Amino acid sequence: MPELTTEDDRAGADDASRLAREVGPPVPPSPRDKPFLVRFYGSAVGKKSVMALTGIMLLGFVLVHMIGNLKIYLGASHLNEYGEWLRMIGEPALPRTVFLWLLRIGLIGAFAFHIHSAYSLTRMNQRARPVKYQSHREYVAANFASRTMRWTGIIVGLFIIFHLADLTWGFANPDFVRGSVYANAIHSFSRVPVAIIYIVANIALGIHIFHGSWSMFQSLGLNNPRFNIWRRYFAVGFAALITVGNVSMPLMVVTGVVK
Amino acid sequence: MHLKLRVWRQAGPTATGAFESYDMPEVSAEMSFLELIDELNEKLIEANKEPVAFDHDCREGICGSCSMMINGQAHGPSRGTATCQLFLRKFVDGSEITVEPWRAGAFPVIRDLSTDRTALDHIIESGGFISAPTGSAPDANLILVPKEVADAAMDAAACIGCGACVAACPNSAAQLFTAAKVAHLNLLPQGQPERWNRVQNMVDTMESYFGSCTNHGECEKACPKEISIDFIALLNKDYLKAQWKNRKLESQRG
Repeated sequence: MPELTTEDDRAGADDASRLAREVGPPVPPSPRDKPFLVRFYGSAVGKKSVMALTGIMLLGFVLVHMIGNLKIYLGASHLNEYGEWLRMIGEPALPRTVFLWLLRIGLIGAFAFHIHSAYSLTRMNQRARPVKYQSHREYVAANFASRTMRWTGIIVGLFIIFHLADLTWGFANPDFVRGSVYANAIHSFSRVPVAIIYIVANIALGIHIFHGSWSMFQSLGLNNPRFNIWRRYFAVGFAALITVGNVSMPLMVVTGVVK
Repeated sequence: MHLKLRVWRQAGPTATGAFESYDMPEVSAEMSFLELIDELNEKLIEANKEPVAFDHDCREGICGSCSMMINGQAHGPSRGTATCQLFLRKFVDGSEITVEPWRAGAFPVIRDLSTDRTALDHIIESGGFISAPTGSAPDANLILVPKEVADAAMDAAACIGCGACVAACPNSAAQLFTAAKVAHLNLLPQGQPERWNRVQNMVDTMESYFGSCTNHGECEKACPKEISIDFIALLNKDYLKAQWKNRKLESQRG
């Protein structure tokens, strides 16, 4: 075997470097084996998008629900008529309540994804900091709303179960009569503890919306320095509107203004 | 001025740590925070005790080595500065200062205030580069870049990779770091060929180490380079788009 010279070493090194340059550094291909929606939902950024999109659906519901319910101020006939109309939408093309059930199924689906993504992201975030800060942590930007999202969310979730039991299924409301929307609401809100539950839960909802309706723009990548300040205005306005509208109803009934 | 220090002491990665208090009766208000720890270490060495281990290098705010939680804030109370550029005049005479290492699952403590931030390198390895033959320098202005784009890319490229965003984030998310590293290449023409794979791979790597972004905005306030969370929105937008773009690219393979 001939002796290797420095020249040979250099030639070998040059070959190796030329090869490396052509092939380039290895870029691991990301696994694209699963269906793409499953894969997308598997990522945290994807889950945040789903949370934002379902959040928008839920915001739409909350707004329409409030507008409909504010008919309580127009009197029994208006509110009951509206309740009946909800069941009739789509008639005669669709049988009675079919359209309403489609909306309900969409809403349940949105809730399910909103809650599941929140749960799994919370778990992920807990795993990401197994050892907490041992000294007092001084927050600069995080506000009360952003830091209590999971708690306000849980309060609203539990409240919704109670709310359905109270005014949809009726077993939490002894004076419940199916179809007489106005009377049911008045009977329910006249009980002081129930009125307090409604008021507290809707304030929690307002706090939840205050962070969520700003955060959703960020999660969906809707960002432009020209309109960024309007995202904050929108969140404040929407949260205030929903809180004031929803809190006013039990408050007006329990104080005897609306009978 | 007179300062009291409460410093996290931990002998090794698996050792149990605890705070230890030190009295610094005579320090100059013009000292940097790292010089304060240097001073403390001088005293400890003279007393034949173990000095406090901490990361530092350039001491001029551009290397991203120094990393500590000072009174519950990453890099301390000054905005837009790394620990090395934090001066003692920011503190009240006679006050007690608590110093703790970055806390995140992906940043294990090596010793005292020093943490292992290799996870950030892994994010870079999975896409924070452009695959281009690096010959001699190309002529200037061969590829034209709009001024606004160049400015935005430069703002993102200001990231020094210190990890303050992770430390400050209530979720230990590395979104601001990854967003900055993705944006400074994805905004520029040179970054376009690998744009969609870059964002996909870097986000996937990030998520295997860190938490998720819930838009608190703490990272932006802690960042010594004041990188905006607008880049996180850009990261989210590119990640969404990449889902479609990458499928399209795959289908062109034939």
